[in-house]
Amino acid sequence: MHFQNILVHLQFHFIGNYALKQPSNEPISPVHFIYIAHLTTENVSNVLYIAKKKTIKDSEDHTTTLSSLSGDVGVLHLLESEENLDWVLRTGLHPPYMVIMESALFTRSVMMKLKNGSSRVAGVAVVVPSANPPQGFSPHNKCPNENSGVYSESYGPTLAHCNTTVWNPLGNGLSYEEFDFPIFSLKDDNDTQLIKQCYVDHNRPVNGSDPQYPLCAMQLFSHMSAVTNTATCMRRNTNGFTFSPESICEPLGDHNIWAPAKPLNTTQKGHKAGESMVMATLDSRSFFSEIGPGAESAASGLITLLAAAHALRNATQEAQLSRTIFYTFFHGETFDYIGSSRMVYDMEKNQFPIDLDNVHSVLEIGQVGLFSSSKVWLHTDPVSRRNGSVEEEVKKLVSNLQTAAKGLNVSVEEPGVTQPLPPSSLQRFLRARPFPGVVIQDYSSSFANMYYQSMFDNADSLKMSYPPNLTPEEQLNYVTDTAKVRAYMMLRLLVNTANFYISVERQTSLPTVLVQHLLANLTGSTANVTQEDCKNQRENQDDKESKHVSYSWVQGAAPPNSTERKGFCVRSTVHGTKALSPAFELEDYNSKDYSTWTESNWKQIKGRIFLVASHDLEVNQSAKATHSRVLLNGPRCQGLYRLLT
Amino acid sequence: MTAAVFFGCTFIAFGPAISLFLFTIAREPLRVIFLIAGAFFWLVSLLLASLVWFISVQISNKESASQQKGLLIFGVVLSVLLQETFPAFHEVFKCFFCFFVLVSGLGFGFMSGAFSVVNILADSVGPGTVGIHGDSQHYFLSSAFMTMAIILLHMFWGVIFFDGCEKRRWFVVAAVVVSHLVVSCLTFQNPQYVSSLVPTYIIMLSMGIWAFYTAGGSLRNLKLCLTCKDKDFLLANHRPR
Repeated sequence: MHFQNILVHLQFHFIGNYALKQPSNEPISPVHFIYIAHLTTENVSNVLYIAKKKTIKDSEDHTTTLSSLSGDVGVLHLLESEENLDWVLRTGLHPPYMVIMESALFTRSVMMKLKNGSSRVAGVAVVVPSANPPQGFSPHNKCPNENSGVYSESYGPTLAHCNTTVWNPLGNGLSYEEFDFPIFSLKDDNDTQLIKQCYVDHNRPVNGSDPQYPLCAMQLFSHMSAVTNTATCMRRNTNGFTFSPESICEPLGDHNIWAPAKPLNTTQKGHKAGESMVMATLDSRSFFSEIGPGAESAASGLITLLAAAHALRNATQEAQLSRTIFYTFFHGETFDYIGSSRMVYDMEKNQFPIDLDNVHSVLEIGQVGLFSSSKVWLHTDPVSRRNGSVEEEVKKLVSNLQTAAKGLNVSVEEPGVTQPLPPSSLQRFLRARPFPGVVIQDYSSSFANMYYQSMFDNADSLKMSYPPNLTPEEQLNYVTDTAKVRAYMMLRLLVNTANFYISVERQTSLPTVLVQHLLANLTGSTANVTQEDCKNQRENQDDKESKHVSYSWVQGAAPPNSTERKGFCVRSTVHGTKALSPAFELEDYNSKDYSTWTESNWKQIKGRIFLVASHDLEVNQSAKATHSRVLLNGPRCQGLYRLLT
Repeated sequence: MTAAVFFGCTFIAFGPAISLFLFTIAREPLRVIFLIAGAFFWLVSLLLASLVWFISVQISNKESASQQKGLLIFGVVLSVLLQETFPAFHEVFKCFFCFFVLVSGLGFGFMSGAFSVVNILADSVGPGTVGIHGDSQHYFLSSAFMTMAIILLHMFWGVIFFDGCEKRRWFVVAAVVVSHLVVSCLTFQNPQYVSSLVPTYIIMLSMGIWAFYTAGGSLRNLKLCLTCKDKDFLLANHRPR
């Protein structure tokens, strides 16, 4: 499977220079350098460049490599409209150009034109606005995960590939295109103003005449070492073969978090009456890595499930239920169902505490943040419902849900037409076996989310509907129910701080850790266990057996009269298992059945602006981006400039 | 700013000095040793000057820009004075003929030129050029020219200073020190490069002529040399004192 394109969020900062900031702000002469060059860290670079502060890491899938380790240089051009592209692609005199655009111009048609003219394009920088575009924006596909779900030529062929309904009509597929130049995102702040000012001062044609050298230029570094596709890249990893193993790309992965409502009885594997799995997804993404707010696509569902788990805690402890509830949070569902495919695989191979035989039914909570007119939709799979027993179970599920919703101001309906399941983890379970399952969503035929898997899927997109003219305090009081308050606060916490992108396996994403501990706290109970025992996962010193409970130590809050925190141990049934695609276990990197997404290793990600003299004076290659996919992974290349970080 | 600028500035700055080295010094190992010794003594003087400057900066008020500028001037002056004390070590080598003074002066010049221009050259290889903060475009070029002037000046000063010390003509020594100070302080005129470069070159030419006559040269020798009748005119014109 091919790599796809992820880009970088970059912050430009102006680096001031102490020694050079003389009263008249002039550069120091060379003679002065005799005396102070060795004494201070500031140097000539600061006269030359406006550099950026340390940036956040980048991850990429596609070969958006810069041509070389020394970055791509291009003359700045502020794109004013789509017609203005002509200057960049044809008429401009100083290619290659580094195109700066507002996010309104970040559309498929503009980017495709730039892609086709990429010999004249050194890179693109997109200025991210503070407000979401009202017309919506989704760089994902129109039919997400269409090849990794359950629908195919052999299973519901008329329903496959979004033939009946297009789930993500606003999708422009940009995230899955290959670009030969780096694409960075810029926050709309003072530094971006600096860049625009530099363009206006030096690069803008005045009265129809062409701008003359020296021109303002930008250099972007985002060298990615991966190549072509996963199979080639994994083959070239040298792990285990050399003294200093270097990996050029790593598989995407993280952990699935799951918790049965009651601890499992390990001796009775395989013959229990059945678990009802309730699942939600942990991850999201955007076009730019490191921005993955995922408010509606991930946070809404998982918060709902957390709240439900908490609400049901007491009920499930006390009541004698014939079936237990199995709360599950899958990671990596955005990338062809990494988490759910792995769990199904483990179940099939008997490497999971429960088998597929134990699963009685499945309920999934999808995107539920935007339900309009208080309607919530229940999606089911029509193909599996052709089976009589499955149909019966599904009908029971649906009627149970409708009964439960009667007391609330929410109406629960099924879409009246025969249509496939939306992209959901349930599809992977259906690939194994026809389970009765229902997916709860806030839409019936296409996403209500106008910013699906984009950087705009944030708190604003959730449109928390308050009556207007409320101050923030009043808004908080508006939500009266304590359960709702708790859910609301969890939502704000997640949406404002967490990046839902899954990243590589050795990096655990923040939502995973948060959900694991939140779930433990909300479904578990305080245990009288010392800190040491707690951290060693045992009840006390004599406890040697491995049980299906887990212990986590909570730091706790400081009581009112002291500053020392009072910690305690929480005993719960929460576990995490690896969410790595089975393709990497089987080493089948061309697998059609499982996700094969990997992330490239990368060198430093940074950028800077400066003036350039004529290109004729450059001896190295003019900034372009089609060649030298350098596979060497040396130590971080600092280049010739000492950038202050 | 690109490789072209890098090579251009390098050759401007070090060209005359390297050609002098190649034609007159490289053949004789003893001269090379004196060259290195001269460079070393310059480094020592730099070390002392920088120690003083470093300490004074640490104890000064870092916020006050005028104080820092004053410290800079003080550092420049002190360094010049320290540099001028080191040729006194040449007294040790008095027994050798005075050509070595030229050589060690050139060593002085090489090292000082290196320190003044190498980091500028290093940055000139990259894609950027000076100007984004509004500074003049001619930064690299004028730095290179200034460096060339200073390297040659060190050489001339060496000859004149030694001669002055030998003949106990203290006004000559004072003139050397004063002209060194003047040249260093002229750099404070940057970025008005014309007002710093032109006087420096005038001083260099006059020092050059003075050193030429001090070393025993004359118009007649010059004519002979140019018509290739006297091969190594500098050596040949040494007169024992």
